[in-house]
Amino acid sequence: MRTLPISSAAEILRTLPDDAARQVMWRFGDRYDLQMVVQAARGVARGPVARMVAAGARNTHDWTPEKASLLAAFDESGITSLFVNPELGGYLAGPKNLALALVAFELAWVDAGAATSSLAGVLALEPIHERGTPAQREHYMRQVVPPAPGEGREQKRGAFCLTEPIPYVGVETGLLGGKVRVAEWPEGGEPVLQVDKRGRFITNMAFANFVTAAVEAADDRIKGTCMVILEEGDPGTFDRGVPTRKLVHQLSSTRDPAFSLKVPASRIIGGYTVKDGVIVPHYSHGEIIEAVFRRTRVTVGLMTAAKLLSAVEPVIRYQRGRFRGGDSVTPGSARHELGLQQRQDALHRLVDVWAAGEASASLGFAAARVFDEVDPFERRKDTYFAQKGLSGRAQLKALAEVNRDALEYLKLTRRPAAARDVARLAALEANELVRFVLLDSVANVLCPACKLWNTGQGATMMREAVSLMGGYGITEDCPGFLGHKWMDSQLEATYEGPEAVQRRQLSVTMTHEVFLAQFRQWIEEMRRIADAHPGTGACTLASAMQMWLWTLLYLQRTTDADGNKLYQGARQGVTFPLADALCWLLAARYQVLDVLELAEKGAAEPALAGALPGLVGFFTDLCHVQTARAAGEVGRITAELVFGYRRHPAWDEEGCRTCHQADELEALEEFIPGISGTARALGDVIEADGSHPAKAGPCARTEGLEPFLRMRAKMDGCLTGARLAKDRAAERLTQVMIPEALGYPV
Amino acid sequence: MGYHIVVCGSLVPDPLQTLEPVQGPQGPALKNEMMLPAVLDPWASHALYEAAHLARTVAGSRVWLVSLGPKAKLQQVMMTVAQKAPFELVAIDGSASGFTDAAAVAGALADAIEAIPDLDRTRLLVFGGWESASRGASAVMQIVGERLGLVDQFQGVDALTVEDGGALRVLERIEGGRHQVSTLAGPPALFGWATGHLGEPPNNPQIGMANMRAIMPALQRAKPAALGAGPTFARVSLPKQTRQTRVVKDLAVDAIAKEIVDWIKG
Ligand SMILES: Cc1cc2nc3c(=O)[nH]c(=O)nc-3n(C[C@H](O)[C@H](O)[C@H](O)COP(=O)(O)OP(=O)(O)OC[C@H]3O[C@@H](n4cnc5c(N)ncnc54)[C@H](O)[C@@H]3O)c2cc1C
Repeated sequence: MRTLPISSAAEILRTLPDDAARQVMWRFGDRYDLQMVVQAARGVARGPVARMVAAGARNTHDWTPEKASLLAAFDESGITSLFVNPELGGYLAGPKNLALALVAFELAWVDAGAATSSLAGVLALEPIHERGTPAQREHYMRQVVPPAPGEGREQKRGAFCLTEPIPYVGVETGLLGGKVRVAEWPEGGEPVLQVDKRGRFITNMAFANFVTAAVEAADDRIKGTCMVILEEGDPGTFDRGVPTRKLVHQLSSTRDPAFSLKVPASRIIGGYTVKDGVIVPHYSHGEIIEAVFRRTRVTVGLMTAAKLLSAVEPVIRYQRGRFRGGDSVTPGSARHELGLQQRQDALHRLVDVWAAGEASASLGFAAARVFDEVDPFERRKDTYFAQKGLSGRAQLKALAEVNRDALEYLKLTRRPAAARDVARLAALEANELVRFVLLDSVANVLCPACKLWNTGQGATMMREAVSLMGGYGITEDCPGFLGHKWMDSQLEATYEGPEAVQRRQLSVTMTHEVFLAQFRQWIEEMRRIADAHPGTGACTLASAMQMWLWTLLYLQRTTDADGNKLYQGARQGVTFPLADALCWLLAARYQVLDVLELAEKGAAEPALAGALPGLVGFFTDLCHVQTARAAGEVGRITAELVFGYRRHPAWDEEGCRTCHQADELEALEEFIPGISGTARALGDVIEADGSHPAKAGPCARTEGLEPFLRMRAKMDGCLTGARLAKDRAAERLTQVMIPEALGYPV
Repeated sequence: MGYHIVVCGSLVPDPLQTLEPVQGPQGPALKNEMMLPAVLDPWASHALYEAAHLARTVAGSRVWLVSLGPKAKLQQVMMTVAQKAPFELVAIDGSASGFTDAAAVAGALADAIEAIPDLDRTRLLVFGGWESASRGASAVMQIVGERLGLVDQFQGVDALTVEDGGALRVLERIEGGRHQVSTLAGPPALFGWATGHLGEPPNNPQIGMANMRAIMPALQRAKPAALGAGPTFARVSLPKQTRQTRVVKDLAVDAIAKEIVDWIKG
């Protein structure tokens, strides 16, 4: 098959995409366990959660008994124990990033607060899962699993406590106010610690029985920072604090707790060693948090993605029914059947919302899958380095060598088969550390990218969705709760590290040479895809990717007008927009790849049989729309960065050095007739009286930027056809069959 | 000893979908039928929950679900249904539509039940819906019973309790919201369920994953049903005026009743 079967008149989008299509696109068609988890989470979301929202449970930020009943629904449907490995009482083996992502997606389809409530439990356990000692894992994981009938054990729930009252931990995780001291240290026995920690905005705090808290040593006998586990019932104060008066996510509990507790040192997550009479925690709070957020942020990104996609059906229904019932609107008339869908803008904006939803879901699920892939390699890497006794700098040095191997591997894969050193390639391929480095460099980009773009751009697009419903959109009665979802997105953009944190992280990880080497291959990949599937906009995307890469390298080696380095950590005005631009590219790339997957694998899926051509055609057009938008963003951002730090020439001696003088031109006119007019058309001319054209200065010079200008012009040309695709997608929206009513209460 | 409970039930389009009859190559069908999300028929679902409940309360019982439906769709539906209760699936590949011949469908189901290995006819309780969302003719289960030689048949069942000594007490719906009470010495018997009294069990992926180990091979083994040509339909249409879906919040029961009465009075 060389081309996707797109857009012939017969291939309309018949129904909204169903589970069979999503399973193929998001790559869990062969995972029945995940398909069931999806159905289980959906049952909770569209059942008790939706009923609660419809009944107005969100009108208070207090944690009510009604809201608490959701925890039982999570328990019953397996959501609570999803995170726990089978040997500790859970039921799902292996890495769980995709599983958690799917659950968050399903819950947030209805209400992201419910999703947050379930995820906060995971967040509390993550530090223990990632860095806890075997005993800590055994103890706490088992406790969160709902007891089997007759087991007679009390179930425990957790909270994760990092953020502190101002002026301490927020975005800057280094500024810790929480303290840990040695309270008692019996001779030859286990030290007892005094932990003082105040939290701000801590989820699950109305009911959590244990808390994983970040603290700093305030005692010579403890080194650095760490995370400790605090339990309700430990001696001292376990004050849940006042509820946060939040405007969003009201189906989760958020409070500002205060703890002053004595706990055994065995509660230090990951354990400790005593060196010269000093307790040295094995992991700093920073190391633990990095490992935790790296995974949990992906799920947050998927919450916003779900909301965008959840908006499609209610908006279509609203648009079609808008004029029904009016005196002059007879059944069968276009106004009756199509309603607002007779208006192009209403359709185009919905296409934009849908396309953004697809892109963000594709990016989010791709990120979740990469973490599922990298997880086992990461564990083996840790074991390997532990066995070798390599840590800190020594480990970084060793990894630098693996980076070189990874780059060599990538280089070898690009050689023609005949010119390859096959043995070397095979050796590198089999090297697990190389695999790790390749995956890790991508994961380090995808996680912040999906958290940043899905939530930030998602919030903007959610506003579009709300506006498509008119006044209804901002009422409590809006089907699909779109108004709530819009506001909620702002929290998703903020907690677990707001946009600034994601941009900062991206600005480092996206310059990693192993990532960039793969990015170069992705450009070639997009060109190949474009060759086989021209309608996807993959070519536009490849051009935009090229432009982004050129701009990054240019900014890394260039200074501004004052000679200051451009690409550097402190210069967020340079690094942050470039990080934003990359997100647009990544989201569109994974969207294209998912549609390709559907086109190629969908045919083998009997449940998709009749729907496939229409779905692939429509999704292809959405890709084209989204890649064009991404290219536009990249063009805008890169042009601003490339030109914006050069000083504009003024009408002074220096600036006018390239200007023509009118009297010189007149003299030349005798030899080259017409030169005077041509020069005025093409350049700047200073008249004999010293006057000049009315503008800011002579036109900016572009030496050295020719490649950029060529790419920019080429990319504009690459937009050819994008609006035709949008028109086509818009038309499909008028034909698609939707259910009679939303599948959950309003 | 326990019962051998066989539940007959298949899928129907999710009732919230727009159901538009169209003329397909094999006779009448619903527009985009294969693309619409499907669910286990609501009456069959009740039968399944009742079966699971009974099996839980009487040790040594086993539950089978015999389903005639398009294999690919059945698999999708199983992702939810398999989470509700432990059962073994017997799948037959074919149309689950109500436009097939009831006797042919019943024949295929009866054949499949007879072919279940280890099935003990002396312990057999056949469950199903007294009607279904796809046909609603109360025909299939009666014929299944006849084919299996089950003379004790109950339709519109809302409750089945096991009394001391093993007798079965059955409540069947009759007019006026009342029930007819019968007592039966024991299996074998057939029960066409109305709604019963049990709520829908929550999804439980753990049960689902345990069920799926046998369900996937059962789907792969599913043989095509030989339903024959069946009846021909001259015309099929939907009583359109009855499908005006309105979403109304907070309406009192009395107000709902009044609206229905007003509508009936026209
Ligand atoms: C409902 C809710 C639930 C929450 N749940 C939890 C929880 O369970 N556990 C927990 O520990 N925390 C939780 N939080 C806290 C949340 O993670 C923090 O609010 C968030 O990380 C931001 O910190 P901050 O509010 O102190 O913002 P600030 O640190 O004050 O940042 C505000 C803004 O300042 C700018 N800024 C700050 N630093 C930089 C920088 N370095 N570079 C550029 N710009 C910068 C950015 O624009 C940023 O968005 C929750 C918050 C809410 C609202």
